[in-house]
Amino acid sequence: MPKPKEPEAKGALEVSRRGFLTGAGAVISSSLVAGTEALRAAPDSAESAVAGPGKVDIALTVNGAEKTLALEPRVTLLDALRFELELTGAKKVCDRGTCGACTVTVDGKPAYACSVLAIQVQGKDIRTVEGLAQGDRLHPIQQAFVDNDAQQCGYCTPGFVMACKAFLDKNPTPTLDQVRTGLGGNLCRCGTYVGVAQAVLQSSESQTGSLVGEGRNHA
Amino acid sequence: MIPQEFNYSRPGTVQEAVDLLADHDAKVLAGGMSLIPLMKLRLSAPEHVVDLGRIPDLSRITENEGSLHLGALLTHHQVATSALVQEKCPLIAETAAHIGDAQVRNMGTLGGSAAHADPAADYPAALCALEAKVRLVRKDSERVVDIGDFFVDALTTAVEPEEIITELILPVEEAGTGVSYQKLRQPASGFAIVGVAARIRRDGGRIAMARVGVTGLAASAYRAAGVEALLEGSEGSQADVAGASAAVDEGIEAISDLHASSDYRRHVARVYTARAILAAL
Repeated sequence: MPKPKEPEAKGALEVSRRGFLTGAGAVISSSLVAGTEALRAAPDSAESAVAGPGKVDIALTVNGAEKTLALEPRVTLLDALRFELELTGAKKVCDRGTCGACTVTVDGKPAYACSVLAIQVQGKDIRTVEGLAQGDRLHPIQQAFVDNDAQQCGYCTPGFVMACKAFLDKNPTPTLDQVRTGLGGNLCRCGTYVGVAQAVLQSSESQTGSLVGEGRNHA
Repeated sequence: MIPQEFNYSRPGTVQEAVDLLADHDAKVLAGGMSLIPLMKLRLSAPEHVVDLGRIPDLSRITENEGSLHLGALLTHHQVATSALVQEKCPLIAETAAHIGDAQVRNMGTLGGSAAHADPAADYPAALCALEAKVRLVRKDSERVVDIGDFFVDALTTAVEPEEIITELILPVEEAGTGVSYQKLRQPASGFAIVGVAARIRRDGGRIAMARVGVTGLAASAYRAAGVEALLEGSEGSQADVAGASAAVDEGIEAISDLHASSDYRRHVARVYTARAILAAL
């Protein structure tokens, strides 16, 4: 089947009657304001072609490299990463979007790889834990996990590291409360939350927070 | 867990999407936070999936004559962080910020949550309190449904198989209206065990308008009309709020699950109703 055309990712457009609050560059006309007519734009039949249920070519951009895989549409991003690309950092644990062990980033935002289809994220910038280290040099967040003993069995760690990376990219100087809330999508059965929070604070620009003196079961 | 095999289409426009739904026995995929896990559990096994994820028109936020129109494919993160939504309809932005976790908020969508109608979802409480309207589009027609007619039962809405939700229409909040969403959170999933959304407007020392939406307590989210009636016209004292909040579960069949019994849910609902009203006052 022909490779689907990738429309450019577009953010939400916000239009108010006084003008334009966000959404760069576009020219807003009155026809954009509400109105379903604008939504019924001319069809582009190439985009609504039916793919599957057999294998189709799916182009994924993972850690900066584009790979084209032959996959059924039902294959999740997590299975594509683990079984096709042999990137086994992201783990399959709950497999239903609760535990966070499969966390990768998609266009810089943390996402559950188990609950998104590979075919959905074509053309997006997918990053996994394998893409963080530079040669033998760990990413500062990975190093902070080591320094702070932020893992026990380690199964949740790759997901946690990616969630921490996305969190710190957005919140470079978080408070401890923000760390706890911001990483609420990742669970650790061993209970290493105190170490994880300490690792995030060490990696953050502020490096002001400290958990020293807090009980280990208060995370 | 692997979903049953299916055909997949990714339309670029609303018209293409509804044409596909008219021609195929298909299920609509938005953010996938509910549908994909359900498909992996084989509780849902559609033969055809129509992915709305690349229809830019469905991620618009527009203001028009006192209403805020939110595209159905806006993620929870987009709703929570939009300066326009925070200013014009703060209740929906506050509610969106309380949904699940960062991973869910980045993928999950407003329309998807509404269409899934999980009894413990957060948005439905706010949508009820806001008296939202839902625009449903099919191949040759469209309709606008009041939220009171939209949520039919657990996981059941007024959306027909050939329809998609294109937008939710919310009121631009009048000056002087206070809002709040308060929830008891299930710690692992972030779902509401009970969640209460309140909008309160005072006029001359008395409550002129009260709207209260409740999720998690019953099979569907609902407006607590008894609470609203007791509040309106009162001075909004602590005693007024406590008295009104006690009516939140009147005539409601409270659900029970492993997280909370129905009696506990009723108690929590009264407590969180009072908290939401007091925070909104």
